[in-house]
Amino acid sequence: MSRAVLDARRLLCPLPVIRTQNRVRQMVPGQQLEIRCTDPGATHDIPAWCRLYGHRVLEVRESDGEIAITIEIVGDGAPGPG
Amino acid sequence: MTQTRTAVALISGGLDSMLAARAMLEQGIRVEGINFFTGFCVEGHTHAIRSRDRGRPKRNNALWVAEQLGIRLHIVDVSEPYKDVVLNPRHGYGHNLNPCLDCKGFMVARAHEWMLEQGYDFLVTGEVVGQRPMSQRRDTMPVVARESGAGDRLLRPLCAKLLPPTLPEREGWVDRERLFDFSGRSRKPQMALAARYGLHDYAQPAGGCCFLTDERYSAKLADLWRSRGRRDYELDDILLLKVGRHLRPRRNFKLIVAREEGETRFLEGYRKQFTNLTTVSHAGPLALVDGEASEEDLVLAARLTARFSQGREAPRVRVAVARGDGEPRVLEVVPLPAAEIPKEWYL
Ligand code: SF4
Repeated sequence: MSRAVLDARRLLCPLPVIRTQNRVRQMVPGQQLEIRCTDPGATHDIPAWCRLYGHRVLEVRESDGEIAITIEIVGDGAPGPG
Repeated sequence: MTQTRTAVALISGGLDSMLAARAMLEQGIRVEGINFFTGFCVEGHTHAIRSRDRGRPKRNNALWVAEQLGIRLHIVDVSEPYKDVVLNPRHGYGHNLNPCLDCKGFMVARAHEWMLEQGYDFLVTGEVVGQRPMSQRRDTMPVVARESGAGDRLLRPLCAKLLPPTLPEREGWVDRERLFDFSGRSRKPQMALAARYGLHDYAQPAGGCCFLTDERYSAKLADLWRSRGRRDYELDDILLLKVGRHLRPRRNFKLIVAREEGETRFLEGYRKQFTNLTTVSHAGPLALVDGEASEEDLVLAARLTARFSQGREAPRVRVAVARGDGEPRVLEVVPLPAAEIPKEWYL
């Protein structure tokens, strides 16, 4: 399964969440996105954001001060009154 | 069957906007939150930079609020366009460099655009009449509604009963009788309503929702503009103003000294962009030089850095100085005695 990668390193929160949100908007259900970041706050914010939209957090890996969060897009995730 | 009406709610992460959104949910409105990142926002992570604040929750308050309410949240990075609000506020500043009235107008205008784009019916804010000296006065409320373009699709549930009925009220989308008449600076009605809704854990930021209401922060921002001879900033500038001790010994440069480990770690990320100093003979902080420093200035910067290290009482301290990511060289200096640091140097 192809996995898109988003480089959010050196960005401070909430910018990694904003970049994630904007990227996810261009994706479709079932696709995966790996977000690379360095702000530890992202390990709270990105899963919190995913919970709001129902996206699934598959993995959170941390090594050498770098964090990789992999998520799977679920549902439409689209904004709007629906 | 009646149609479900939808609203966009401005969510700052504080209690008032949380209550306003909740009041709409109570009336069966479908709500989505919108939150703006200006670069000046005060939130959990900013505090979390400092190690001693580590115990505090590192959460992003706006996301937290959305989760409590069970609504979606759209976060918008407005740090670029927001510069114009901070640099050229048509309605001027509050006590510090906070352009609250322009800021509110800007955010409501952005939220209104989003409302139109996405097809929501109306807009909700947590404003309370008379709560803020500038943006939330009875006479400035219509200014925000008018200048933002939101007009009477802007509903302020917490003080709606004190204002003329808006479109959602007139159309019967929301029941005006179940809205509120909060006014003034007292927080009691909000706290009572929170208790009624069963909300117990919420952020109560002292001052305002952003650093611009902070006196020390505003002084540092004013100094930045003065020293550069122009009113302007980059995102990194304003983030750095939140961190460390800032001292300006000379007009042409200032020194940013980490106060503890967490700040050192944060400043590390900027090391390559600045001339930087670290003590090598003793444990000490990382310091960044902002501005153009001469050789003589660097010696002074080194003596100051030594002052804030474990070697402050030592006869001599060795300090590594590097320009950006260039090779460091070591200066041996006498730590500057506290008595020789004029108070005015501290920004
Ligand atoms: S306190 Fe800051 S964010 Fe809040 S209205 Fe004033 S300028 Fe805007």
